[in-house]
Amino acid sequence: MSEHRIELTVNGRRHAATAEARTSLGEFLREALGYTGTHLACEHGVCGACTVMVDGAAVRACLMLAVQADGCAVTTIEGLAAPDGTLHPVQQALGDNYGLQCGFCTPGVAITLAALTADGAAPGIGALEAAMSGHICRCTGYQGIRRAIRQLAGEGA
Amino acid sequence: MTATVAPFRRMVGQRVPRKEDGRLLTGRGQYVDDVRMPGLLHCAFLRSPAARGRIARLDIAAARELPGVHAIYTQADLAAVPVAMTTFFFTPIEAPLTLLADGRVACVGDPVAMVIAESRAIAEDAVALIELEIDEEDPVVTIADAQGGPPVHPGRPSNVAQEMGLPEVPEPVRAAFARAAHVVTRTIRHQRIAQSPMEARGCVASAEGAGELTIHISCQSPHLVARYVSSALGMPQEAIRVIAKDVGGAFGLKNMPWREEMAVIVAARLFRRPLKWIEDRFESLTASSHAREQEITLTAGFDAGGRLLAAHGDCHINNGAWPMGEDCNIAVHMFMWPAYKLPAYSFHTRGWYTNTMGLGGYRGPWALESLVRETLLDKAARQIGIDPIALRRRNLVTAADQPMTTTMDITVTDITPAECLEKLVAAIDVPAFRREQVAAREQGRYLGLGVTAYVEPTAVAGIMTPLTGETAQLRVEPNGKVVAMLSTHSQGHGTATTMAQVIADRLGVAYEDVTVFEGDSSFGSYSPGAAGSRQGVIAGGASWRAAELLADKVKRIAAHLYNASVEAITIADGMIHIAGAPEMSRPLREVAEIAHGEPFRLPEGMETGLEAQYRYQPPPMTFTSAAHACVVEVDADTGFVTIKRWVSAEDCGTIINPGIVEGQIAGGLAQAIGQVLLEHMPYDKRGNPLAATFKDYLMPAYGDVPDFEYLHANTPSQTIGGMRGVGEGGAIIGPPTLANAIADALSPFGELEIDLPFSPSRLLDFIEGKRP
Repeated sequence: MSEHRIELTVNGRRHAATAEARTSLGEFLREALGYTGTHLACEHGVCGACTVMVDGAAVRACLMLAVQADGCAVTTIEGLAAPDGTLHPVQQALGDNYGLQCGFCTPGVAITLAALTADGAAPGIGALEAAMSGHICRCTGYQGIRRAIRQLAGEGA
Repeated sequence: MTATVAPFRRMVGQRVPRKEDGRLLTGRGQYVDDVRMPGLLHCAFLRSPAARGRIARLDIAAARELPGVHAIYTQADLAAVPVAMTTFFFTPIEAPLTLLADGRVACVGDPVAMVIAESRAIAEDAVALIELEIDEEDPVVTIADAQGGPPVHPGRPSNVAQEMGLPEVPEPVRAAFARAAHVVTRTIRHQRIAQSPMEARGCVASAEGAGELTIHISCQSPHLVARYVSSALGMPQEAIRVIAKDVGGAFGLKNMPWREEMAVIVAARLFRRPLKWIEDRFESLTASSHAREQEITLTAGFDAGGRLLAAHGDCHINNGAWPMGEDCNIAVHMFMWPAYKLPAYSFHTRGWYTNTMGLGGYRGPWALESLVRETLLDKAARQIGIDPIALRRRNLVTAADQPMTTTMDITVTDITPAECLEKLVAAIDVPAFRREQVAAREQGRYLGLGVTAYVEPTAVAGIMTPLTGETAQLRVEPNGKVVAMLSTHSQGHGTATTMAQVIADRLGVAYEDVTVFEGDSSFGSYSPGAAGSRQGVIAGGASWRAAELLADKVKRIAAHLYNASVEAITIADGMIHIAGAPEMSRPLREVAEIAHGEPFRLPEGMETGLEAQYRYQPPPMTFTSAAHACVVEVDADTGFVTIKRWVSAEDCGTIINPGIVEGQIAGGLAQAIGQVLLEHMPYDKRGNPLAATFKDYLMPAYGDVPDFEYLHANTPSQTIGGMRGVGEGGAIIGPPTLANAIADALSPFGELEIDLPFSPSRLLDFIEGKRP
């Protein structure tokens, strides 16, 4: 198995580690770096639970190899809230609206919505809802996620 | 005189922020795959690629040589530890079940060998290097195969796992059919479902100390797992600590540890290293217990006025090779009619073994009764020429009909399906919909309305071995904060939230000052956790009464300390108030410090500390009622179904938290939509499961689920607190509601057979007149 040394930042912290070429970014974040908030649920790119931000874009960490993230800036769910613990507006909206139950799909949902609303972007409900087509939630029937999206889009839950 | 006393802060009924969310929203939950231990090794299973046959060769030599592989176990190795597996009912399993295949395989996915390695990747590499040859035999796949085919388990006389009722329709029912003005028959072919929690199964097992085990497992109750493992391995339960801090959904699949988890636990004892097994999605879909595959034919006779006279149900369950229940789902028949006035019911029901993955639990395991009954009623309404709502009004059990005992000996005393139906009908303008439907049809658009009603037994306790009472242990610590050690377990249910609400409400403290501990068998008491819509009712009742007992003690101490009568003391927002003496108000903390640390200041003979415990044994069953309506449009050119509206009118008694209640209903309804439109685990003729990824097994997605509307009736039950269970209802009443709406929409094309799922191609075939 070929080992590769990679350097990347995760949630603003610099990391250097080795990874096998076949190791997914998701597995690397969890196993090598301990960011267990990234959840691997299908490992074939359908459910979206493992979504992280790579250089600002939402990416499925099960479909990207760790070696491909060499030199990148990654944001995981652990890096979404402010350093003082204040929740990111997406986290707040999901919590306010019962947008999660078991919480396993939630990190991916939150990262996708955070990527779309980053840097003051104000996408409409349509764009936020379209992005949710890439996430599966088995618990909530998406009701609270939809209310959270309305809250984020300023249209009231 | 008491004007300065803070108002009592009612916490029951509030949409408070969930206790669970702080960690789950920030990536700091602890699911089983997040558990790390020194020396941890990883397991992967070699599974049978054949549905039925004899293992001719199993060669592990090449796999054993792979660097990083520590051990490879077959059943011959695991057999060193005797294991007595039991069903979910805690009865011995009759099929010759072993943790790994013992000479024969009985389904695709049967675990044959397990690899223990440095990493999951190496373990999977090694699995690929094991050479397995099976002398394949023709498998028994379908219910029809099972009836005539060779026994799935050689040595058993037939493939019948369990049979109840009689094949002959008894005379009173036949006579009723003979004099009925209308006899209506409905057949349902229900597809196989993969429960598919977002977190698949998994466990970490570590053998420690003097024959002790620590098990982290994705489950529905750490206490049940501890009891199960104790019984299976003949170990004292105290020696087994089971921890499940966070679980990513379960839905019945994780009711009990099954072969793989038990194999890992046994292997951890044999190998003396902590072992982890995390199921991947391919295994989760094809080799975790499945659910639901069954066929039923229900026949009902009605008089000229549409009143039910009698009914007969004939049911078959495809249990697979190694079902968790080995049963014939008698609950389908038990709960077919408690909501309706039906003079006579008979049934015949069989559970069959086949060479497919065994069935396990799934939200509302008996839900077939509502699906077949409610779709039969709509078919009957069309056949008789009566409005389906009117037909239900004529037959539903009302307050005046109760108490009523069904022919299956189920007694209902306080159900409200008729009231729920009226609430529902008042919220939807049915005449306006019918006008819209007629106008739409003239334009070639097919709208449909489905209306259903039902009751379900919740919080079953004391009549099935694993389903028991619940325990709440509460303590006011010296700092005045409250800790609760509960028998509950959440896989998304939010029990830490709802139980804290109950405790805060009944004790008179702030919600923020109550911390709930659950998810660890080393504290609290036995309960099956999330199984049968029970925790809000039973643990809610236990928490309710324990908090009242604790409040009583606080009041007795306060009365003694402050020279007041017990009746004059109130507790609100963590403060103790004395009627008529507002200046005497004291923080609860003061009483707590004295109770814990100054025994001489307590009333004579009183136990020190500030604790209370209550184990609540509720009535054997608590019924929840509901009526649902949904409106659909079916595109006659594509067969696609669009759900335009869905209204739920349920009566779950006292609501602890409407956000949690509605979340449970919504989750069940989404699963119902999946069941009716999307989800299907098909098998081919060779017994191969054909849905191996979420691209093949279609889960309901964001765009498939409409906004749900909720109407709550709140008829208190006879339990402490008056709650009724709500965890499963959406998955029970959802499928017939949607199926009825689709059948109504497509009624111009004939009577739609209920053959699930209603994929676009299946509906298009029906619309185009292609009948099977």
